Amino acid sequence: MPSLDRLSFIAVFLGVPVAVYVIFVIYPFGRALYFSMTDWSGFTPTYNFVGLDNFTKLFHDDTFMRALRNNLELAIVVPFVTIVLALAIASIVTVGGPRRGPVRGIRGSSFYRVVSFFPYTVPAIVIGLIWAQVYDPSAGILNAFLTKIGLSGFQDFAWLGDPRTAMPASMFVIIWSFVGFYTVLFVAAIKGVPSEIYEAARMDGAGRFRTAVLITLPLIRDTVQTAYIYLGITVLDAFVYMQALNPNGGPNNTTRTMSQDLFNTAFRKGQFGYATAMGVVLAVVTLLFAAIVFAINHFTGGGERRLRR
Amino acid sequence: MTAVTPDERVVAENRGTWASGDRTVEATSHVFLAIWSIIVIVPFLWVVLSSFKTTKEILASPFSLPAHWSFDNYVHAWTDAGIRKFFLNTVIVVGVALVLVMLLGAMCSYVLARFVFPGARFIYYAMIAGLTFPIFLAIVPLFFILKNGGLLNTLPGLIMVYVAFALPFTVFFLYSFFKTLPDEVYEAAVIDGAGDWRIFFQIMLPMARPGIAAVAIFNFLGLWNQFLLPVALNTDPNRYVLTQGMAEFASQAGYSVDFGALFAAVVITVVPVLVVYLIFQRRLEGSVSQGTFR
Repeated sequence: MPSLDRLSFIAVFLGVPVAVYVIFVIYPFGRALYFSMTDWSGFTPTYNFVGLDNFTKLFHDDTFMRALRNNLELAIVVPFVTIVLALAIASIVTVGGPRRGPVRGIRGSSFYRVVSFFPYTVPAIVIGLIWAQVYDPSAGILNAFLTKIGLSGFQDFAWLGDPRTAMPASMFVIIWSFVGFYTVLFVAAIKGVPSEIYEAARMDGAGRFRTAVLITLPLIRDTVQTAYIYLGITVLDAFVYMQALNPNGGPNNTTRTMSQDLFNTAFRKGQFGYATAMGVVLAVVTLLFAAIVFAINHFTGGGERRLRR
Repeated sequence: MTAVTPDERVVAENRGTWASGDRTVEATSHVFLAIWSIIVIVPFLWVVLSSFKTTKEILASPFSLPAHWSFDNYVHAWTDAGIRKFFLNTVIVVGVALVLVMLLGAMCSYVLARFVFPGARFIYYAMIAGLTFPIFLAIVPLFFILKNGGLLNTLPGLIMVYVAFALPFTVFFLYSFFKTLPDEVYEAAVIDGAGDWRIFFQIMLPMARPGIAAVAIFNFLGLWNQFLLPVALNTDPNRYVLTQGMAEFASQAGYSVDFGALFAAVVITVVPVLVVYLIFQRRLEGSVSQGTFR
C-alpha cells in the first residue's frame, strides 16, 4: 500500500497538469466534433443538430473548395522544395568538405548554419510583414533590385497582387522561413551516420551529389519523413503567413487557405457550426497527408523496422 | 561529431586526384551557401536600415540611406503606436506561461516516467496525441470555454491556454529526459529518508536542468511567436500581445500606414528573440540534435 505522502504527491503532480490539459485541449477538440454537426451561430442559446449538412454544404462552397485546392498545392510544393534545399545545405556543411582528411563540412559551415537558422527565431507574422514590404510594388526592395540590375517590367510589379505570382511568392516566404530549421535537423541526423560509410563511398569514387542522393537520403529517411509531416501540417494551416501577406485571400482567392476561411466564417460571419466543420475537414486532410507520407516511405522500403535491425 | 581521422595512406593516395576537383566543388558550394545567406540576411538589414528613415524616404527609394539617423521611429512605435504596451503584455503572458508550463510539464512527465501505475501509458499517449491536433479545430470551442469561465480577453485566460497547448511538447521531451536519470541517486535519497516531494524539488529537478533549459528555449520561441491563439481569444486592444500589435499595423489600410514606425516595431519585436537565440544558439541546435522532433 503506497504511503499517504506518495498518493498526495502523484495526485497533485498528475492531477493539476492533466486537468489543465483536459479542460483546454481535449474538451475543445471533443466539442468541435459535435459543433460541426450543428447550425450554431455562437450567439444564440439554442441550435439544431443538422447531421452532416455542414459537410455537404462545404463541398458545394466554391470559396472553400478553392481554399482546399490552394492548401493542397502548398502541401505538395513547400515541403518538397524546403527539404531539397535543407538537405543540400546540410550535406555541404557536414560531409561536403575536402575529399582528403577526415569527412567534414566546407570551411565556414557553422556561420552558414547559424545564419540560415535565424528566420526560425522570428515570429511568423513578422516574417510575413517583412516580406509583404519586400514585395511591395513601388517601395519594396525586390523590384528595386530587379530594376537596378537592368530587368525591365518590374518597376511596379505587384508580386502579391498578380494572380500568377501571388501563390509562388507566398510559398517562397514559407520556404525561406523553414529551410534553416530543417537544415539543423538534417545536420543532426547526418552526424548520426557513421563516418566510415562516407569514407567508403569516397574511396569507391562517389561524387558529392551521388553521395547525398544514394547514401545520405536513404540513411536519414525517417528524419526526412518527420520533416515532411511537420511541414505538411504547417502549410495545411499557413494562416499566419497568408494573413500577413494577403489578408483577404489574394487576387481571385489564389492564396486563400482553409484556415483563413474558417477564421472569417467563425469570427466575422458568426457561423460557428459551419466553421467548425471546416476545422474537421482541415484535420482530416492533415491526417490523410500524414498517412500518405507514411505509406510512401513504407512502401519504398523505409520505416523504423528496417533501421532498427 | 563522428569524424574519424582516416588512414594516412588513403589521404596520400587521394591528394593528387581530388585536389583540383575539390576546389571547383568547394567554390560552387560556397557560392550556393553565400547566395542563400544573402537572401536570408538582406531583408533583415533592409528592415533595420528602413527603421531609421522617414516614411517619405522609404516610399521614395528603397536603397537610399536616411538623411538623418534618428530614433524617432522607435520612439513613435514604442509610445504612440502602443508597442510598449504590447511588449509588456507579451513579457507577462510569455513569462508566466513559461514558468507554469515548465513546472506542470516537469511534474507530469516525472510522475509518468518514474512511477508505475495503471493508466500511466494511457495518459502519456493522450498527451502526445495533442502534438498532432490542429489548433484550428479547437479554436471555436476554446473561445466559448474561456467566455463561460469569464477568462475571454484576459491575460490569465491567455496564459492558461498557452500552458495547455505547450504541455504536450514539454511532456514529450521531459518524459524521455526523466527516464534517463540514474536510479541510484533516487534510491540513495529514499534511504536517507527523503519524501517524494523533497526528492523531486531538491534532487530530480536540479538534475534535469539541461533538459529543462532546452525545452524552455523552444517553448519561449513558440510562445513569443504565437499568433492564432491571441488573435482569436484576446481581442481587447489593451491586452494585445506583440504579434497581434504587428498584425494591426499590417491590416491598417494603405495610405495611413506609418512605415517608419512599422519597421521600427519589427526590429523591437525581433531583437529580444534574436538575443535569446544568439546566447543559446549552441544549446538550441544541440537540443534539436537530441532528437526532439523525431
